[in-house]
Amino acid sequence: MAEIQSYTMNFGPQHPAAHGVLRLVLEIEGETIQKADPHVGLLHRGTEKLAETKPFNQSIGYMDRLDYVSMMCNEHGYVLAIEKLLGIEVPARAQYIRVMFDEVTRVLNHLMWLGAHGLDIGAMTMFLYCFREREDLMDCYEAVSGTRMHATYYRPGGVYRDLPETMPKYAESKYRSKKELDRMNSVRDGSMLDFIEDFTKRFPACVDDYETLLTDNRIWKQRTVNIAVVTPERAMQLGFSGPMLRGSGVEWDLRKKQPYEVYDQMHFDIPVGVNGDCYDRYLVRVEEMRQSNRIIKQCVDWLRKNPGPVIAEDHKIVPPSRVEMKDDMESLIHHFKLFTEGYCVPEGEAYSAIEHPKGEFGVYIISDGANKPYRVKIRAPGFAHLSAMSEMVEGHMLADVVAVIGTQDIVFGEVDR
Amino acid sequence: MMNHSETLAARIEARFGDQMNRVASSCGELTYEVGKDELSKVATALRNEADFGFEMLVDVCGVDYLSYGSDEWITESATGTGFSRGVERKPVILDEADEFDPRRFAVVYHLLSIQNNIRLRLRVFTGTSNPPIVRSVVDIWNGANWFEREVFDLYGILFDGHPDLRRILTDYGFIGHPFRKDFPIIGNVEVSYDSDEGRVVYKPVTIEPRTLVPRVIRDDNRYSADLKDIQKDG
Repeated sequence: MAEIQSYTMNFGPQHPAAHGVLRLVLEIEGETIQKADPHVGLLHRGTEKLAETKPFNQSIGYMDRLDYVSMMCNEHGYVLAIEKLLGIEVPARAQYIRVMFDEVTRVLNHLMWLGAHGLDIGAMTMFLYCFREREDLMDCYEAVSGTRMHATYYRPGGVYRDLPETMPKYAESKYRSKKELDRMNSVRDGSMLDFIEDFTKRFPACVDDYETLLTDNRIWKQRTVNIAVVTPERAMQLGFSGPMLRGSGVEWDLRKKQPYEVYDQMHFDIPVGVNGDCYDRYLVRVEEMRQSNRIIKQCVDWLRKNPGPVIAEDHKIVPPSRVEMKDDMESLIHHFKLFTEGYCVPEGEAYSAIEHPKGEFGVYIISDGANKPYRVKIRAPGFAHLSAMSEMVEGHMLADVVAVIGTQDIVFGEVDR
Repeated sequence: MMNHSETLAARIEARFGDQMNRVASSCGELTYEVGKDELSKVATALRNEADFGFEMLVDVCGVDYLSYGSDEWITESATGTGFSRGVERKPVILDEADEFDPRRFAVVYHLLSIQNNIRLRLRVFTGTSNPPIVRSVVDIWNGANWFEREVFDLYGILFDGHPDLRRILTDYGFIGHPFRKDFPIIGNVEVSYDSDEGRVVYKPVTIEPRTLVPRVIRDDNRYSADLKDIQKDG
């Protein structure tokens, strides 16, 4: 009988651990991976081409749908690039709001990651714990933008509107007792800032809970320690960024090194890993949640003390309010022009990068002076990470593939674009 | 004191001279055009030499300059006939030409130096050959692998020396390069399930192209170079 050396196995695209629509073609010998060939593009929507056919502002909503677990950060990268080309100033309050929501988004993303990563490699409970806290932050999204996910809240020049004075409340229902309802709504009586402040107070204890469940957990360590080790040299060579780079011990965070908005006024630390394995990347991300919490608290304190405009006054770019529009001819013209034609962006090109929860999210815009971008290129961190998949899983067992997909924090909205 | 990027610009000037040509930028970013034959040499030097230290390739981006600067509405003078909806379908240009405009396709590289904390952008035009081709940088920055595959898939630019140049984002069996400016946004084919044949079939696209907002270029004097100087002086 002929001896079979290795065989090929198909993984996905419909697989609960594939984090969406990843198809992996694995070459396996016994249970050891020899080569992995990820097939991506099953969620390709041509976002960049679509953006070329629309006025600048109409593409903000598409950005939410790239990495659909860290929506506002994607918007941030896009509006920053437009602002760079237009050369407009963003009011300080808008900058603080953006930083606050970037960090809220980072916590949202890391909670999603922790829950899904845990679930993938056997820690069922994590998913439920993480989603409990995630729900509160989604409510903040809803309060500020009207939607829980695809906010379209950041606009060139600032943010769409100021923070609301009320939080949405749970409604009465036959499944909830009055007492239970009052308990759930008790933190929602004040403004949104009150709610977020309350969240920042209880969140560190929640992170402690997650760590109690995982950090010293024997099974967790067996599944993550020494899995997919990446040296710092390789990480840079492969174009890694964010927690994937820091997990390998490279101290690189755009919020510190190339600060945008008001990050240079925030106090926070950059966690860095030592071994570059899945466990270190886990520790880095968990610590990032604590640091994000610190930043959110600082923003809340500043925002309480400093009311002001949240979007630039330049009505050639920012539409005037509807109230103004109703009794001012000039405003009416601006409003009409902005919503029918949009604004023209001066000829040139700009690349803006932000520290997205997953790594460096960059938007490169080429403008030829029209009301639509000539070319938009989205640099998604997950794309570079996934391209190193084969290298990371080589020599590991089949079950570790799932751990590697988890540690890379892959979301197909941004990989496929 | 010279700022960070001007220091780098001076170093590049001294080291590479004519090999790299600076492109003016309005927002303080360093962009250089590099000849396609010099690319490997320049890229290797930029990565290895301590003055530059660009150990990371952040992004590779294809650009098709076919319709750069063209608009669907003329805004120079008032119209006597009214405005069109800007939906006239341009004839599809088949890429069977022997030669392209030498400045049609470009590949743009975004480099990052972690040790020196600085960014740099390189642009390489692919020249006249059909299919367009440039030298691959996978051996210099291994992370370029998928980025170059993406550019190949979307623009049909070949990368000489790439280990595994396959399509990446489009469907299996896709025809054409969708991000070229002469590829219509509605595509060329549509798929549907044919119950008689019992399989998915491809048919020519039936939907009509439409434009909701025409492309307009307005000469906005806030951005014109001569007026900017006046504003500064005043």
